[in-house]
Amino acid sequence: MNHGFLQDALIYLAAAILFVPVAKRLGMGSVLGYLLAGITIGPFVLGLVGGEGRDVIHFAEFGVVMMLFLIGLELEPAQFWRMRRLILGSGTTQFGLTTLLLMGAFMLGGFPWQASLAIGLALSMSSTAIVLQTLREKGLDQTQSGRSAFAVLLYQDIAVIPILAALPLLALQSFQAAGEPSTFLARLPGWAQTLALLGAVAAVILCGRFLIVPFLRFIARIHLRELFTASALFIVMAAAYLMELVGLSPALGTFLAGIVLANSEYRHELECDIEPFKGILLGLFFISVGASINFGLILQKPLFMILLVFGVVTVKFLVLFLTGRLARLGLDQNLLFSLGLAQVGEFAFVLFSFMSQLRILSADWTDTLMGVTALSMTATPLLLLINDRLILPRFGVPEKADKEVDEIDLRHPVIIAGFGPFGSTLGRFLRASGVESTILDNDSDRVDLLRRMGFKAFYGDATRIDILKSAGADQAKLLVAAIGLPTVNHDLVEKVRKHFPKLKLMVRAANRQDAFHFMDMGVNDIYRETLDTSVRVGVDVLARLGHRRYSALRAGQNFIRYDEKAMQKLAPHRHDKSAYIFNVREQIQIQEELLANDRTANPSLNDHAWDNHRGVDAPTPK
Amino acid sequence: MSDPVNPILILFIHPRFEQSRINRALVRAVADLPGVTLHDLYENYPDFNIQVEREKALLASSQIVIWQHPLYMYGAPALLKQWLDLVLEFGWAHGSGGDALKDKIALNVITSGGARESYQNNGRNHFTIGELLAPFHQTASLCKMTYLPPFVVQGTYLLTDQQLDRHAALYRNLLERLSRGDFQVEALRRFAFLNDWLEQGREGQTP
Repeated sequence: MNHGFLQDALIYLAAAILFVPVAKRLGMGSVLGYLLAGITIGPFVLGLVGGEGRDVIHFAEFGVVMMLFLIGLELEPAQFWRMRRLILGSGTTQFGLTTLLLMGAFMLGGFPWQASLAIGLALSMSSTAIVLQTLREKGLDQTQSGRSAFAVLLYQDIAVIPILAALPLLALQSFQAAGEPSTFLARLPGWAQTLALLGAVAAVILCGRFLIVPFLRFIARIHLRELFTASALFIVMAAAYLMELVGLSPALGTFLAGIVLANSEYRHELECDIEPFKGILLGLFFISVGASINFGLILQKPLFMILLVFGVVTVKFLVLFLTGRLARLGLDQNLLFSLGLAQVGEFAFVLFSFMSQLRILSADWTDTLMGVTALSMTATPLLLLINDRLILPRFGVPEKADKEVDEIDLRHPVIIAGFGPFGSTLGRFLRASGVESTILDNDSDRVDLLRRMGFKAFYGDATRIDILKSAGADQAKLLVAAIGLPTVNHDLVEKVRKHFPKLKLMVRAANRQDAFHFMDMGVNDIYRETLDTSVRVGVDVLARLGHRRYSALRAGQNFIRYDEKAMQKLAPHRHDKSAYIFNVREQIQIQEELLANDRTANPSLNDHAWDNHRGVDAPTPK
Repeated sequence: MSDPVNPILILFIHPRFEQSRINRALVRAVADLPGVTLHDLYENYPDFNIQVEREKALLASSQIVIWQHPLYMYGAPALLKQWLDLVLEFGWAHGSGGDALKDKIALNVITSGGARESYQNNGRNHFTIGELLAPFHQTASLCKMTYLPPFVVQGTYLLTDQQLDRHAALYRNLLERLSRGDFQVEALRRFAFLNDWLEQGREGQTP
């Protein structure tokens, strides 16, 4: 197998590189591209990859595992709580009704009720991978249908946990007699299996809460990026391994681990580190699904297969449409929602293989149903394409119109990069004024403290574009670059201007030189960290010396204004050293002059009543 | 419309602009008029640190000066007083050699919560709007300016949307007429409020 590894890898990657761009160009989305690539290189078309397709699926399932970790990570309890009605309402309706209908259908087809129920449960699943990716690619994830879809998928993802736990119970009657137990779990009696499953789930949750976060904190303090990536992979794999040890779906374990870590300060960092691995493996997963579709079986009884797929998809579509109705989706949104979720999801692969292990299903039927699943997944992008091109234009309602304005503000409008003394004062002031900001800082101890104080702080290197992106730099209105180290701050500003040109920048400058640097970069809002404070001291000094406080304050305000104007004037000359020195002198002179003028030329400043001016009616003092 | 002959400077003074329906409507109605400069003092000088030279330049380049503000405790919000105290300097706006504003026109545009009936000598507020604006009148006179009766919107808390639109349209109409010089100072002085002049003119034009 080793000698063929490179060759296989090349075939898979080449197929992806060839098909995905074509599919995207044709408006079909990347998932269909991957599936087509798989079908093409599979044993039934080109035969470039053979029977090992199944092995590859097994390997690539890890992409699904990682995706679930990421889904878990994005599942902030607060957001979950906000969507609870949508999730419970739509989720229960869709899942319960679909399961019951399909179960009834299979019972009519002569299956025992246990098997029918198991099949119904598996077929009710929709494909999180396909739907989320499609929604995101089309920019629909914040529309009503997008949110409904997310809610239903979430419900299903969570439902997998009890289903996997309950499947052994369904097998009770038929299972004892069946073959040699393969896992630790399988050697236990049914009730103990269920207990063991629950125990493993509890273990992941407890570890996540009490072990992983301190562990990450330790790693983060070492300040080595690749070490953090390694740790992220380690966590995902460990959770998956633990679950596999007790014979459970690894996807489940990582999903749980994700949820547990969703609330930690390392969420964004973990997300960014896992994302690329997930992307590649998920692509591989879809390719291998395409490659493993048993066309032999389909060709043996094509009409039957097509009817089965059509039947399942129709049932799912009708239930989804009803669910959408109940959630008050508009017709176009509802069509998108119902067609989008009408396929059978990747979890069905997991559930079917588990069922065949438990001997709930015969090998033949396992193959058939997996075929149905794969075919329905292949059909989804096509269905959406038909919806896009043929059905929706008839209604003339573009789905984008539904994007509500306030949805954009789901993320905080202000990002503060760097939360030292400077950023923290700013953050506190903003919070006191009712403006929430996302805070990025790469000092894990500080982030930890901030989170305990209730701030929305994330550990991460703010100069990394992916971190900025996940902090919401695409949607935020403002970014305050408040990092203490000028070089890092320059780096950040440069990247933000390049990658997020719409984001308004407000920049902390250490001193005059630093401010010049930002001016050269074309930044307008520059705040020298020492200017205001030193002028305030100056104002107080004047007051202590007996000046009227108000006059002193105004002198201070004017001084800041003059100083900033002088900076603007000096900026173009600063590269020319001698001209710069000359100009500095000139500017100081100007400042002095202006300030002096302010005191002598405007006596009303010190004496509020204009008609007290001696020119009017007051006697001229002798 | 012919070219504006009288450039107008609106000094807009409102510390809680975002909460004033009527002032939003008034400002919206006139902001785009050619020859009108809207100068929001609280937005420009939140620190009360008025830039006198800049203000003088703005005044110099306009022919009609409008102080648009709500009536707070029978007078203008604090920043307008600060503006009057600092900008209208001796030797520039008044006193010997102080002819910079000579023959320019000044008027107030007032919004008040109380209704017109309450601002009567026998009403709750005892003084008429005209009487309460006496300091502005005299300030304008001191600066050798022509002071016009005010444009006033009263009972602002109870205005319906239609009334709001009507006042806004009337204000726009006022600025258009002032801007193109379509008025006689003597005739205007016969009215307590410029609103009355405009309403009358309207009826007169469409018999």
